[in-house]
Amino acid sequence: MTDHNGQTAGTGRAPSPPNRLRALVGVFFTIVLTFVGLTAVTFVISRVMPVDPVLAIVGDRASQEVYDQVYLRLGLDQPIWVQYLRYINSLLHGDLGTSIMTGQTVMSDIARFFPATLELATVATLLGVFVGIPMGVVAAVNQGRWPDHVVRVVGLIGYSVPVFWLGLVALLVFYAKLGWTGGPGRVEVYFDGIVEPYTGVLLLDAALAGEWEVFRNAVSHLILPATLLGTFSLAYVARMTRSFMLDQLGQEYILTARVKGVSEFRVIWGHAFRNVLVQLITIIGLTYASLLEGSVLTETVFAWPGIGSYITRGLFNNDMNAVLGGTIVVGACFVGINMLSDVLYRLVDPRAR
Amino acid sequence: MASSDRLLQVHNLSVSFDTPRGEVNAVRGISFDLGREKLGIVGESGSGKSQTGRAILGLTGPGSRVTADRLEFDGINLLNADQATLRRVRGARISMIMQDPKFSLNPVMSVGRQIEEAYLVHTRANRREARERTLSMLASVQIRNPERVYDAYPHEVSGGMGQRVMIAMMMIPEPDIIIADEPTSALDVTVQLQVLAILDDMVSRRGMGLMFISHDLNLVASFCDRVLVMYAGRVVEVCEASQLHHAQHPYTRGLIGCLPSVSHPHEVLAVLDRDPEWATAPSAADP
Repeated sequence: MTDHNGQTAGTGRAPSPPNRLRALVGVFFTIVLTFVGLTAVTFVISRVMPVDPVLAIVGDRASQEVYDQVYLRLGLDQPIWVQYLRYINSLLHGDLGTSIMTGQTVMSDIARFFPATLELATVATLLGVFVGIPMGVVAAVNQGRWPDHVVRVVGLIGYSVPVFWLGLVALLVFYAKLGWTGGPGRVEVYFDGIVEPYTGVLLLDAALAGEWEVFRNAVSHLILPATLLGTFSLAYVARMTRSFMLDQLGQEYILTARVKGVSEFRVIWGHAFRNVLVQLITIIGLTYASLLEGSVLTETVFAWPGIGSYITRGLFNNDMNAVLGGTIVVGACFVGINMLSDVLYRLVDPRAR
Repeated sequence: MASSDRLLQVHNLSVSFDTPRGEVNAVRGISFDLGREKLGIVGESGSGKSQTGRAILGLTGPGSRVTADRLEFDGINLLNADQATLRRVRGARISMIMQDPKFSLNPVMSVGRQIEEAYLVHTRANRREARERTLSMLASVQIRNPERVYDAYPHEVSGGMGQRVMIAMMMIPEPDIIIADEPTSALDVTVQLQVLAILDDMVSRRGMGLMFISHDLNLVASFCDRVLVMYAGRVVEVCEASQLHHAQHPYTRGLIGCLPSVSHPHEVLAVLDRDPEWATAPSAADP
């Protein structure tokens, strides 16, 4: 065995450059394929749906002449694959068409609505990570004792109570009765438009502009919906952390660490948790991605102008450009977060390198 | 055995577990002393060998109950010691080598870091000193390229090398007692002997006490000084390792009878005939 020292210790690490290049090309192809699939499916669905995009634009009192004109302008006389290619072409030029409901380009709509969702989802996910993970670890370490029971009940509640109900109750109690938080919307009407939307993320813009009053107001508006969404992701993250942690604590390397005389704190956070983290990355990535999709219920209850309610309203108004554009943005988020968690995964787990 | 040579004294040790189906007695009142010698503990699966080793370190896990008239190491009562005292004993004074390096090494921590940690926990050394020592330790378990193995992760080393890493890790704080729980069972036969030779060399050179837990009678007979034979949580026989093949107890004789022999091949191997009386007979005392 000693003869193999060199080889065995070296295999499987630091892929050679051609290998890495091949991996990059692979990733690129996956992305392209995902997008072609995503756009093709959404496009076809939007075209075969029994809605008349022309009628949606001209209204039912327009003359046949106007109708035909718009029909031709939209290119609806062409076969569907030509329409699709045209759509892809303009998409590549950064043109997602015009939204019927808002009369703006879909691009500018998304630039307005998506940051609101991004803000909400990010704060909710951070809450899930920084509260959910410690909760799960504490529950696992105290399995069967009261901290475990508390975490499990909280997890169950956060997971099973309907968001719209909890949202309305929270608004009633904390906004209407106690007045501790802001109400629906992102910010009070009289603060609207005070800060220049550089990023669209209101907290960031307000902080950049030094408008601390706006910032405080935005926080007070964000706190309820973010806590609500956060409770959901917190419950999920805590439950998963608990079960991953229990699994790791039963592994033999934990016994090894204890035999060495390592403190219990280091056994949990230095040994077990690093292995838990490997599994958690995927979970957190998926939760974040699904929150970025926009949670229609939360956005509706809190009148939060996010991407979820934008897409939903688009659907109700037969505004297919809005739906398509929104779907593509959500798809891009999914792909982006998956890639990010892939990279993180490789950083944390030497076996995946 | 002179009393000064006794590193570890175990008297009437019992380990039991609370399970949903009632209490399970893994170890039922065993006694032995361990000096600076190689003590083999043999027995079938479930005879309580491993739990004996873990009870000494106070690592039998949740739901377990350990009782003893005496469980003493170097004047320290291990039974009533608080966690801080136990942590000072673990690794530094009494250490344990586990069966399979595939499971007993942390998969996301480099080998060097894991060995180093065993040293850093018990000394005030800085990282550079610890690294130096780790490298020399790796060299002393006959790893040819210590620098390289130091940065390797457990999945990148072979089973034999992993077990040598384990030995290095458990030896680095220079403990007085090493408990080796089936240290070669997961390894290829050819690698087994190499790993045993390394273990033997280190134990003899440093004058440690070794508790060698195994189910391999021949291995124990040739490797150890003294042998404890366990059955159903009790010690049924204690003898000099060289005398193992002349053992008296019917259980030990039965175990030996089950072994195939190249020089005297049997058509049909003997099957162990268990006498329920063995389980209830008093545990053999230390001679």
